Amino acid sequence: MGEGILLSESGGVDFMIHGVCSYELFGQTVWITTTHVCVLIVFLIIIGFCIAANRAVKHATEVPGAFQNVVELIVEMLDKMVSGVMGPQAVRFRNYIGTIFIFILFSNISGLLGLRPPTADYGVTLALGVITFTLIHFNKFKYKKVSGVLKGLCEPWPIWAPINIISDLAVPISLSLRLFANVLSGTAIMALIYALLSKVAIIWPAALHVYFDLFSGAIQTYVFCMLTMTYVTDACDTGE
Amino acid sequence: MGFDVNFILGCSAIGAGLAVIAGIGPGVGQGIAAGHAAAAVGRNPGAKSDVTSTMLLGQAVAETTGLYGLLIAIILLFVRPLVGAAQ
Repeated sequence: MGEGILLSESGGVDFMIHGVCSYELFGQTVWITTTHVCVLIVFLIIIGFCIAANRAVKHATEVPGAFQNVVELIVEMLDKMVSGVMGPQAVRFRNYIGTIFIFILFSNISGLLGLRPPTADYGVTLALGVITFTLIHFNKFKYKKVSGVLKGLCEPWPIWAPINIISDLAVPISLSLRLFANVLSGTAIMALIYALLSKVAIIWPAALHVYFDLFSGAIQTYVFCMLTMTYVTDACDTGE
Repeated sequence: MGFDVNFILGCSAIGAGLAVIAGIGPGVGQGIAAGHAAAAVGRNPGAKSDVTSTMLLGQAVAETTGLYGLLIAIILLFVRPLVGAAQ
């Protein structure tokens, strides 16, 4: 009662995650949600593209065809982006950065296909943030050794150690929240427009789709990959 | 605790409105960054792509605080933690 004043109850405004089916696992009820379905669809699209790209590269011709050209362009662009930031470390990380770049990009622009973008679920972006966190600290311990990490924590004075630890822990949270909130805000605004202005929402929402799905999605993908690369390069820097 | 649900929902809506005021700061900050980037491109048009990528990165980082406000607003409106807490 009385909850009709909220948009989620009144119109058909709906950008939440829904459960599709549930099953019991070790006594817990686990839900398969729309996010899983959307991630699956995005994966299928990427896998299809990869298989096509693999075939195109295997039968590569001296004068590249249209599709081979596109594949080479993508790989060159990603390689240039990674080596521009990471320098000598680029060889080890360009596979990973390329993978998350393509995954996040396809996830963000999947709103164009009418899906709910998987990156608008905090579970997806937090996982990406935790992978970055793991990479940062693995490389920190690998390159700076335990003594170097401890020294870094006590910069500039040992009394600052708790603050340094908090700022380390804030990295994955801010990374994942930035991506999540950007994509979620685009999804929410598009849902509001389609639900509340459904009578006049003809053709012109396409311009908003270009901004919220394509432009904002591409920028956030770029930012996530850039920040991941910057943090990992910082962690690999031994100060020599 | 004796509060009407409608009262709590109304207060949540006011709180959500106040939370998105956080958008002012990043707006000003991004404008300053874009202005300086435009000045930099004007001085050195050759460095346009570098300046643009640096500007976009800085703006995206500056945007985070505004997005936190937006998240609070969305949580207040759609997750409605206060309604559950009061009953």
